[in-house]
Amino acid sequence: MDLKSLTIDAARSFVQERKTTALALVEAHYARIKQEDGQIGAFLTLSKERALEQADRIDRMAAEGKTLPPLGGVPVGIKDVMSTRGVRTTAGSKILEKYVPPYDCTAVARLEAAGAVVLGKTNCDGFAMGSSNENSAYHPVRNPRDLSRVPGGSSGGSAAAVAGDMAVAALGSDTGGSIRQPASFCGVVGLMPTYGRVSRYGLIAFASSLDHIGPLAKTVKDAALVLRTIAGRDPMDSTSADVPVPDYVAEFDRPVRGMKLGIAKEYFGEGLDDEVRQAVETAIDKLKGLGCEIVPVSLPHTTYAIPTYYLIATAEASSNLARYDGVRYSYRARGVKTLSEMYRRSRDEGFGAEVKRRIMLGTYALSAGYYDAYYLKAQKVRTLLTRDFDEAFRNVDAIVTPTSPTAAFRLGEKSNDPLAMYLADIYTVTADLAGIPGISVPCGETKEKLPIGLQILGKHFDEATILRVAHAYEQG
Amino acid sequence: MKVTEKGVAYVADLANLELTDEERAGMVRDLNSILEYIDRLNELDTSDVPPMAQVSDRPGEEAKRGSARFSYASRADILEGLRKSLPHEEALANAPDADEDFFKVPKVIER
Repeated sequence: MDLKSLTIDAARSFVQERKTTALALVEAHYARIKQEDGQIGAFLTLSKERALEQADRIDRMAAEGKTLPPLGGVPVGIKDVMSTRGVRTTAGSKILEKYVPPYDCTAVARLEAAGAVVLGKTNCDGFAMGSSNENSAYHPVRNPRDLSRVPGGSSGGSAAAVAGDMAVAALGSDTGGSIRQPASFCGVVGLMPTYGRVSRYGLIAFASSLDHIGPLAKTVKDAALVLRTIAGRDPMDSTSADVPVPDYVAEFDRPVRGMKLGIAKEYFGEGLDDEVRQAVETAIDKLKGLGCEIVPVSLPHTTYAIPTYYLIATAEASSNLARYDGVRYSYRARGVKTLSEMYRRSRDEGFGAEVKRRIMLGTYALSAGYYDAYYLKAQKVRTLLTRDFDEAFRNVDAIVTPTSPTAAFRLGEKSNDPLAMYLADIYTVTADLAGIPGISVPCGETKEKLPIGLQILGKHFDEATILRVAHAYEQG
Repeated sequence: MKVTEKGVAYVADLANLELTDEERAGMVRDLNSILEYIDRLNELDTSDVPPMAQVSDRPGEEAKRGSARFSYASRADILEGLRKSLPHEEALANAPDADEDFFKVPKVIER
C-alpha cells in the first residue's frame, strides 16, 4: 500500500468501498512504524488494543454497508500531552512516566467518534516546552527529511509521524508555535485554530491563556476535516467558544480572487534566512497570480512578542505545573522523610531542565517586587500586540509570513542556548498571544532539500479564510 | 546582573524545586541572559495600556463588561455537575502511594 499518498478521504473511501479494511490500514501503519520509527522516534506509546478495537468497529460498519463517519478508518497519532483513557500519557516528561489517564481528552474522543483510529501517542518536548523536540525525557525525534536535523517542536513527534507516513494525520498543541513550526520543518500542514475554537479538556496544561489543540496533516483539506471534527463548544471546557463551526471544505469552492493579503515588513527583517525569504516571496507571487491583492500592513510591536511570550507563558506554567507534587499521579522521589522534601525532590528529579528553567522564570516574574515590572508589563504589551492585528485586519483578510526564520536546524545546534532556541518561534508566538488562527503550509525547499513553511494568519474564528487561501496555494 | 545565586535559591524555594549547586549556577546564567533580553519591553510606554489576561475577543461579546462576557461558560449548579466523579479506585490508581481511600504522604504532623 502506498502510504505516502494516503489522505483522509482516500483512506476512508478505500475502507468504505471495501478495497481495503481499517484493520489493514492500521497494520500497514504499524509495520511502517516498526520499520522507520527506530531511527525517527516519533512515537512514545502505541495503543494497539484500542486501535484494533476501533478498526474492527469501522470494518463492521463498512461490511454492513453503513456510511462511514468522516474520518472512518483513518489512522492518527496523538501528541502525548493529550489524555487518553487507559493509554499512558507522559507529556514527554519523566514526572508522568507512569501516568495512565482515567478519561479522554475531548479532541481525541471527538476524533474517535468520527471514526479515526488512534495508533498511539507521539513524542514531544517535555510539557510542550521546546522548539526542537530535544527536551523529551525519552528520546529526541529526528526529522524524516534529514535525520541529522530536528523536526521542530514541541509537536515534533506528530509532525514527524505524518511526514514519515506513520500516521495519516495527527493532533498537536500550539502555545507559541508548537504546531506550525514543526509542520514547517517537516514539510506538512499544521493548523493552530483560534483560541477557544477547540476544547482543551484533557490537554495537559502548559499556559492556559495560550494553549491550543490543532491538526497536523498531509494536505490542507485533511487539516480542515480534522478541525471540523474537533472544533466547537464543549461544556467540559469553559474557555471553548460557542461559535458555529462551518464546513471548511465546502468553502474551498469560493474563489480567492480579490482577497486582500497583508504582508508585514516586520516578518521579513533581520534573522530571516535568505532561502526562506526567497521561497516565501515566490509563494506570495503565486498568490498574486491567483488573483489575491497584496497589501502592506504594519505590525509594529512584533519585536516585543518573544519577551512578552516568555513572561506570560512561563508565569502560567509555574502555576499550572504546581500540581505535580508526587501525591496524586506524578513521580515521587524515593527515600524522602518529610512532605516538603518529597515535593521538592520529586519535582527536581521528575522535571527536565527546560521545564525547571521556565518554572523558575515564571515564578520570578510573578514574585513580590517583580510582578509589575515583568508579568503586568507583559500583559500590557500583549494588548499592544493584539491591537496590531486588530488594526491590520481592518484592511486585509489574512496575513502571509514565513512560519520560521530558518529551515530545520541540526540536533544539538541550539540546545545549549535557551535564548537562541526561543527565537525560533519569532514568527509564530504573536498569533498565540492574540488568539488568532494560523496555518503553516509547505512552500518549497532549501538547496539542502529541507522543507520551508508559509504561514497564513487570520481573524478570530475565521479559519475558513486561511484554510481557503492555503488550499488555493497548495493546489495552484 | 539581575538575579543572584541567592535570588535563584529564593525563587526555587517558592517553586518547590530542589536545585543542585550545579543547576543553581546554570539557572543564574540562563535567567540573567533571558531577563536581559526581556528588558527591551521597557522601551515601550504602557502607562495607558490595559493589561490583557486572556483572549476574550468573541463575536458579540465585545460590548459586554466583566463577568457578563463569560456568561456562556455558566451552567446550572446541579448535583454531580455534568458527569459523575471518578470512583476511588480510578482516582487513586496513579498515586505513588495510597490505601483504599486516601493518598498517602510522609507524616506531616508529629504527635
